[in-house]
Amino acid sequence: MPAEAARDSETLVAAEHLEARYGATLALTHVDLTVSAGEIVTLIGPNGAGKSTLVRIILGLMEPSAGRVWRRPGLRIGYLPQRVAIDPVLPLTVRRFLGLARPGVAEAEIRDALNEVAAAELIDHSVHDLSGGEFQRVLLARALMRRPQLLVLDEPVQGVDFGGQIALYDLIGRLRRRHGLGVLMVSHDLHVVMAATDRVVCLNRHVCCSGAPEAVSRNPAYTELFGAAAARGLAIYSHDHDHEHDLKGAVVHPVEGHGGAPGGKVEPRP
Amino acid sequence: MTEAFFLRALLAGIGVALVSAPLGCFVVWRRMAYFGATLAHSALLGIALGILAGINPSLGIAASSVAVALVVVTFERQRLIGRDTLLGILAHAGLAIGLVALSFIEGARIDLMAYLFGDILAVTPRDLAWIAGGGLAVLATLALIWRPLLAITLHEEMARAEGVRVVPVQLAFMLSLAVTIAIAMKVVGILLIVSLLIIPAAAARPFARTPEQMALGAAAIGALSATGGLAASLAWDTPAGPSIVVVATVLFAVARWGRWCRGAWGEVFKLGRTLVRSVRVGTKSWRI
Repeated sequence: MPAEAARDSETLVAAEHLEARYGATLALTHVDLTVSAGEIVTLIGPNGAGKSTLVRIILGLMEPSAGRVWRRPGLRIGYLPQRVAIDPVLPLTVRRFLGLARPGVAEAEIRDALNEVAAAELIDHSVHDLSGGEFQRVLLARALMRRPQLLVLDEPVQGVDFGGQIALYDLIGRLRRRHGLGVLMVSHDLHVVMAATDRVVCLNRHVCCSGAPEAVSRNPAYTELFGAAAARGLAIYSHDHDHEHDLKGAVVHPVEGHGGAPGGKVEPRP
Repeated sequence: MTEAFFLRALLAGIGVALVSAPLGCFVVWRRMAYFGATLAHSALLGIALGILAGINPSLGIAASSVAVALVVVTFERQRLIGRDTLLGILAHAGLAIGLVALSFIEGARIDLMAYLFGDILAVTPRDLAWIAGGGLAVLATLALIWRPLLAITLHEEMARAEGVRVVPVQLAFMLSLAVTIAIAMKVVGILLIVSLLIIPAAAARPFARTPEQMALGAAAIGALSATGGLAASLAWDTPAGPSIVVVATVLFAVARWGRWCRGAWGEVFKLGRTLVRSVRVGTKSWRI
């Protein structure tokens, strides 16, 4: 059973004994979750496990039917929703999109934020012309412009090709190190969890198990939840940071094999 | 020949076009054209109630708009009737009840056609003052809520997570829409108001890369439509309000056609080049 959500000076958010209902349907029950500064927490679970509900409660977009959420006073959250489809009837350049992040944005801040996600050349592009990976980077840049302490990402690699996913995970890891961000990430892809994850929380309406990625992959509750597919173990993506990826995920410089973590090696799927 | 009444009409038309353009962009972006039409149609009920209650019809319009907005928000959560059906019921019920209510008013001093299709050539200095005052209030409100309203339009949950207070912003937008309908009524009438909101915005879309460019383009196209419509009305003695809408529609068509043409002419050019080439090849082989 999960321990009492403990809070200390590094804690950004702490959810305690959450319960959520949609009408008569119980979406979440007895959920505890904390995210601290500099920590990456990945939420995994099957469809309908309540991952998005939990994220919405953490963000304050929805009230739990029981339990409570503590947020560090003055907490600034950068949020990347699961699906941001900007209607083409609304003309928008990347520059203007980032300019809307908060009042009074200076041009230099926009350039800095785009540089940080290695997407400086996109500044004058229309947001409607971006690829999935490019758009996620722009969303990340927009979130960074709010100088967040906590980054909440709902399936950030959805619609991004495999190389782009690796680049995006690398980028999130780098941003965490540089800014000491707490990161809460939802992943429905059970096979790939970024290696930089400190803690995996396996959710199926309640918290089945949680802990370091490798510990979770060995947990019987995990195997039970995800069945035979999980028998191979949780594939933890990791590789040595001896090269950089460009926007499309292509390796820019010395090509070295990706080191597989003990949990298993990641293979690109068709 | 510039008579005073024509100058007033021109000022009123351009003024209303400048106010409705940026607001109309949001109507287009948020896909609220039918909602705007519902507010406008049910405004006739507001006018009738205003006259019956002995208050200013503009206040009546504001009251009916707020009532309609509240009904829409309240009933939107139920699923048994679609949003378009609900809006259709409200629009036509408002129009019908308004017509019935107006028939009860004694004296028959009410010019129904003026309410339905506008009477821009009869704009008084007092009307102009209303347009100026209401228009400036709407533009000031819009300037104030521009960024948060755009953020909500892009992604409401993201905006909420970022601390945008959605309800006050949407309320301010709704009220601005009601005020715009009240002041635009004199120009094009309640049946044609929505066209002044959406046609200039739609015409400006192909030329815009940012929301602000689209709003400015819509304002220019709207002002041009008002001027052109009034000029046409003067030249050919056509009804002024509908003429403004016709000119706006022509400008919209030209804007879309211009864009389509670039593609079409490219195809024609390619076809011509292929033809010329094959003819050349043909003549060569023929000579040999």
